[in-house]
Amino acid sequence: MVTRPLRAGRLDKVSTEIETPGVAAVFAPRSRSGVALRVTPVDAVGLEARASTFTTRSIKTTSKRAAIHLAISCIDLTTLEGMDTPGKVAALCRKAVRPEPTDAAIPSVAAVCVYPQMVPAAVKHTAGTGVLVASVAGAFPSGQSSLAVRTADIEQAVADGANEIDIVISRGAFLSGDYRYVFNEIETQKAACGPAHMKVILETGELGTYDQIRKASMLAMAAGADFIKTSTGKVANNSSMPVALCMAEAIRDYAEQTGEVVGLKVAGGIRTAKQAWHYLVLIGETLGAEWLTPDLFRIGASSLLNDLLLQLQKLDTGHYSGPNYVSVD
Amino acid sequence: MADEIEPASRSNSSLPARVKFDLDYAPALESTSIVSIADEYGLFIGGQFVEPESGEKFTTVSPSTEKALSQISSASAVDVDRAVKAARRAHTKVWGPMSGRDRAKYLFRIARQLQERAREFAVLETIDGGKPIRESRDVDVPLAAAHFFYHAGWADKLEYAFPDRRIAPKGVVGQIIPWNFPLLMLAWKVAPALATGNTVVLKPAETTSLTALLFAQLLQDVDLPPGVVNIVTGAGATGSALVDHGDLDKLAFTGSTSVGKQIQRSASARGVPLTLELGGKAAHIVFEDAAIDQAVEGVINGIYFNQGHVCCAGSRLLVQESIAESFVDRLKNRLSTVRVGDPLDKNTDVGAINSAEQLGRITELVAAGVAEGAELYQPQCSLPDRGYWFRPTIFTNVQQSHRIAREEIFGPVLSVLTFRTPEEAVAKANDTQYGLSAGIWTEKGSKILWMADQLDAGVIWANTFNQFDAASPFGGYKESGFGREGGLQGLAPYVSLSSPRGVA
Repeated sequence: MVTRPLRAGRLDKVSTEIETPGVAAVFAPRSRSGVALRVTPVDAVGLEARASTFTTRSIKTTSKRAAIHLAISCIDLTTLEGMDTPGKVAALCRKAVRPEPTDAAIPSVAAVCVYPQMVPAAVKHTAGTGVLVASVAGAFPSGQSSLAVRTADIEQAVADGANEIDIVISRGAFLSGDYRYVFNEIETQKAACGPAHMKVILETGELGTYDQIRKASMLAMAAGADFIKTSTGKVANNSSMPVALCMAEAIRDYAEQTGEVVGLKVAGGIRTAKQAWHYLVLIGETLGAEWLTPDLFRIGASSLLNDLLLQLQKLDTGHYSGPNYVSVD
Repeated sequence: MADEIEPASRSNSSLPARVKFDLDYAPALESTSIVSIADEYGLFIGGQFVEPESGEKFTTVSPSTEKALSQISSASAVDVDRAVKAARRAHTKVWGPMSGRDRAKYLFRIARQLQERAREFAVLETIDGGKPIRESRDVDVPLAAAHFFYHAGWADKLEYAFPDRRIAPKGVVGQIIPWNFPLLMLAWKVAPALATGNTVVLKPAETTSLTALLFAQLLQDVDLPPGVVNIVTGAGATGSALVDHGDLDKLAFTGSTSVGKQIQRSASARGVPLTLELGGKAAHIVFEDAAIDQAVEGVINGIYFNQGHVCCAGSRLLVQESIAESFVDRLKNRLSTVRVGDPLDKNTDVGAINSAEQLGRITELVAAGVAEGAELYQPQCSLPDRGYWFRPTIFTNVQQSHRIAREEIFGPVLSVLTFRTPEEAVAKANDTQYGLSAGIWTEKGSKILWMADQLDAGVIWANTFNQFDAASPFGGYKESGFGREGGLQGLAPYVSLSSPRGVA
């Protein structure tokens, strides 16, 4: 089950303790290896204070260049519009493969992220490049369709060649306390993903509290998520530093308790290079450098890539250029 | 349910080559060009910098480099007497008769100047004291400015603080402050004294005089009337001369309990009103039902903030036995990301120990902890070659009778003890000569209230630690001292109250 070694000293004990009082009464999922999971309460004030300290790390010179390159390699370059066409997807894919054609040192992004209907076009334009195709599927973004419709949606996207599937949880069922239903649904959709990786979107902006986010994180991981993801980008509140920290801590707890390693994807509202390296610092100082790879960390974004490229130009030339010096795709 | 499903492989081999982002961030040094340190400083008496009567000076060094920064004057009893006379004159002729409204104007000007020159003060504080720029920039200087703003607000509203009383300032106040928060402690002392109409003779700590002297320059810039604030630098002898001066109306001291006791002996013999803010050995109590990740942050912040040079530091962790092992593991993990080094680097979390003397005391107590059988843990971070440094330290297996559980270390050293029931936590927490602060971590509100009721501590934080606010009184029980600083309660030691005519 464990596919990746953890930081030394992390995993000497797999916890078999009972759940934290107060939380156990409503939620006691077990991991696939049968370990009872503990969900730790979250103090909002403390969480937000800690999250803000990552934003005061000063990332300069060589660290800045490395951070920008890493951020680019972790991007799921995304277009999720009703007006998407194969032509738009072709442009996106080109940008994903070679974000800056004049500089070979700049890596490709991790994946392009599109609606299921656009998967064939994306597969065609990324073939042989190493850039993966991710598709939101399962009645994205609301998830308000029957499970049968959602699994069919997923199966079609996988059949068309998607390497990764981003699904949403049923927030309604979760908020009404039907955790077993949510759990079973995720498991079923995981089965429908087959060989494709599954990212489970919690839509944290609709969950109300950090305690709920932490609970949903543990539930999604226990049900088979390869990644847990913050947001669809389609509601008012998307990813934020405290939300990402809350989920990263859940990922660390899950790894400690079960030995299973799960990734984190942040999405929605991440537009600047500065935001991107704040997240890298958060991941690095919370989960460790092992998570700072596209295998385990993704940023879902569209305009972010150009800001990262502009920051690289600034590092190279010493001055800021402008939006005319990057391609608008 | 879950184990019936065949797990999918989580490996993902077709991704692009790895890019390494080194978490040892590249150096990000704060520029020191904003600060100019003079070769030598006089004493600030009567609004002027004057040479000490003896001509005696001592060298102040930067604890992070051991480089000499400047020559500081050593004030003798004669100099202290000049300062007290200047303060007396200013009180009688200018500051005492001045309306609260006009005093407030000066305090607001001081506060605004502190904000405008915040970076200068922060950088100087870090150079002189060794604390990380992150803290001097984000904590010390903003809180110092806030303290002056807060007390500026009280200056013309004292009749609302003490209704139906005739309010008079004490007169001339002698104040002695420590080296751990040089500017902030100055603000805690000077702001309430000035707001209530007193004049001040202040002695900063020997190792950290520079921000007080920069503050003196700021007072010249804001045209504070001469003699309202006088600053006499020097070591213990200067402090004794101030304490023993016969013409003081009040004394205030923040520092060690042993010196506090000497001051109390002298002050009580002469009937001089006194407030003391002394040492501590705070219990930081973590229950199994706490928000664990935030509790870890709180404990780390509680003991490693300002290198542990904090009188209210959470130096004793009392953790419920059921979670002790995993909690300590988390602390150690978290400690691996704490960055120790050049305090001027914006990414430094723990800076230099304030002086060679303090480093010696920490080293001695830590050796005692090892000798008594406690288990020592330190992360293997690299330390600079020069300067005074001590690795953040966690002691487990600590017993209540160990010296490291009883004596104030005043350094980055955490002693971990365990408890089984809330009653036992209270008993252990209160089993100390000190009573300054305590912390409680539990998600259960009723337990917080019950615990807070039982703990003998002047400040109790629940689900947080080391939070300071000018409006909140701060001070201790038992040998942590008496009197409060900040808030309404912090004004009281600086005023004499009597019944107005016609009121019983």
